[in-house]
Amino acid sequence: MLTVSGLTKQFGGFTALNGVSFEVREGEILGLIGPNGSGKTTAFNCISGALPRTAGSIRFRGEEIAGLTPDAICHRGIARTFQIPRPFRKLSILENVAVAAHFGGAQRNAEAEARRRARETLELVGLPADPAASPALLGAGGLKKLELARALATGPKLLLADESLGGLDHAEMSGAVELLRRIRGELGITIVWVEHIMATLMRVVDRVVVLDHGETIAEGRPLEVAEDPRVVEAYLGEKIVLA
Amino acid sequence: MIEPIFLAEAAINGIMLGGILALLALGLNLIFGVIDIVWIAYVDLVMVCMYVLYFVVQVYGWPFWLGALAAMAFGAALGVGVHLLIITPILGSAPVNQLLATGGLLFFLQSFATFLWTTDHKSVRLALPSWEIGGIFLPATRLIPFAISILALAGLYVFLTRTYVGTAIRAVSQDREAMALMGASPQRIYIVTSAVGGLMAGLAGALLLFQYSVHPFFGGQFGPLTFMICVLGGLGNMVGAFVASFVMSEIISIAGVVWSTEMGYVIAFVVFIVMIFARPGGILARRQ
Repeated sequence: MLTVSGLTKQFGGFTALNGVSFEVREGEILGLIGPNGSGKTTAFNCISGALPRTAGSIRFRGEEIAGLTPDAICHRGIARTFQIPRPFRKLSILENVAVAAHFGGAQRNAEAEARRRARETLELVGLPADPAASPALLGAGGLKKLELARALATGPKLLLADESLGGLDHAEMSGAVELLRRIRGELGITIVWVEHIMATLMRVVDRVVVLDHGETIAEGRPLEVAEDPRVVEAYLGEKIVLA
Repeated sequence: MIEPIFLAEAAINGIMLGGILALLALGLNLIFGVIDIVWIAYVDLVMVCMYVLYFVVQVYGWPFWLGALAAMAFGAALGVGVHLLIITPILGSAPVNQLLATGGLLFFLQSFATFLWTTDHKSVRLALPSWEIGGIFLPATRLIPFAISILALAGLYVFLTRTYVGTAIRAVSQDREAMALMGASPQRIYIVTSAVGGLMAGLAGALLLFQYSVHPFFGGQFGPLTFMICVLGGLGNMVGAFVASFVMSEIISIAGVVWSTEMGYVIAFVVFIVMIFARPGGILARRQ
């Protein structure tokens, strides 16, 4: 579905991604992991068009999307969430999701249709669709849900989820994992998931891609990857615990 | 001692003036809030629209209302033109370059207007009634522009809060990158915003022509004041700019009666300077 090959991103003299290649298969949940600074979020930024890549190819459903603007990439069916939630704070929760629903689809949704989609999405993630409810009322868990809702409202085929569990407590975390499973299962959306909380991620994903210093060092099923000596080394000898 | 009736009249005139100032300030503020560039030449665009109205009414004999619509359409086109030709190339530039570019537009418009139309003051004669209520004069030349300003601002409010394009405009003003990732092209939003800002400039020009004559340096009369109101209200803060418009217009109007018009502006600017120290984030900003 998505084929990233030779993706390179340089910031001045610093190489954040150095020829990263991996493939996302339709319908899977792919874990994208790696130590801090390994280039996971940069990869998301390049795929979603938020940052121009330096070199490499990104093909989505047979079409080269590297070099397209973020809005064009969104219209082709890729949505992302932010690691640190970035809601439009002066808009209501419903408006936040409704603008995404209206502008995000390949065809611009009619007003009523966008609002209906927004309400459905809010219901799915478990947020109030009350027109007056402000994002200011939401805690860490609620803001993560809002990030997901905005991304889903654009009607994506591929969701890039950036640390959807960060800062959540245990109950919220299992809720979020359940939600990701439903997004894949019920909506049929393919997911690339970046996460620090390894144990949880490894239980959910179908396959894992491991980045280290901007390079792909492993790709495969969670159990295989966890045993890979290069992965063990990248995590400073700390074996990834599969709880 | 000044008679209370004069103060009351000044206060009412202040409200009338505040309506138009709010229209100017919110037009400028809308563009700044979304595109993050101050159109220093905003009131000079208003001046050009006033000339358009003057010519179609006085020279070609159009009815005033039709001329006003033409001025608004012209203003919207001008806004889009300014965005595409001047703003787009400097979007990512340093603020000082942006200031120089829009400041350059100001001098260009002033000089070009002088070249084309000389420095003569041009005005449209409107035979409109005036009312007297309890000794206070209410001329239609002030009342109509005020009423239309308030209606237009209400329209702007509805546009920004009740339509998707308006909601996207507010969203882009908060986080343009996030909005792009949700499928709204920032450039398109900028063009719509520039058109709306230009439309408001055209309308403000039409309303100003009720009371003022137009000349190439008209922008100098209202430009600094408009900019000051935006800063006082908190740049990009629409409600703040609305409130600041009336604060400033009341100061100018009342001080104008108590002392003189010039003194009114002096006091307004002194208040502005003091407020900048006391509340640098704008009058409605919460103290840190």
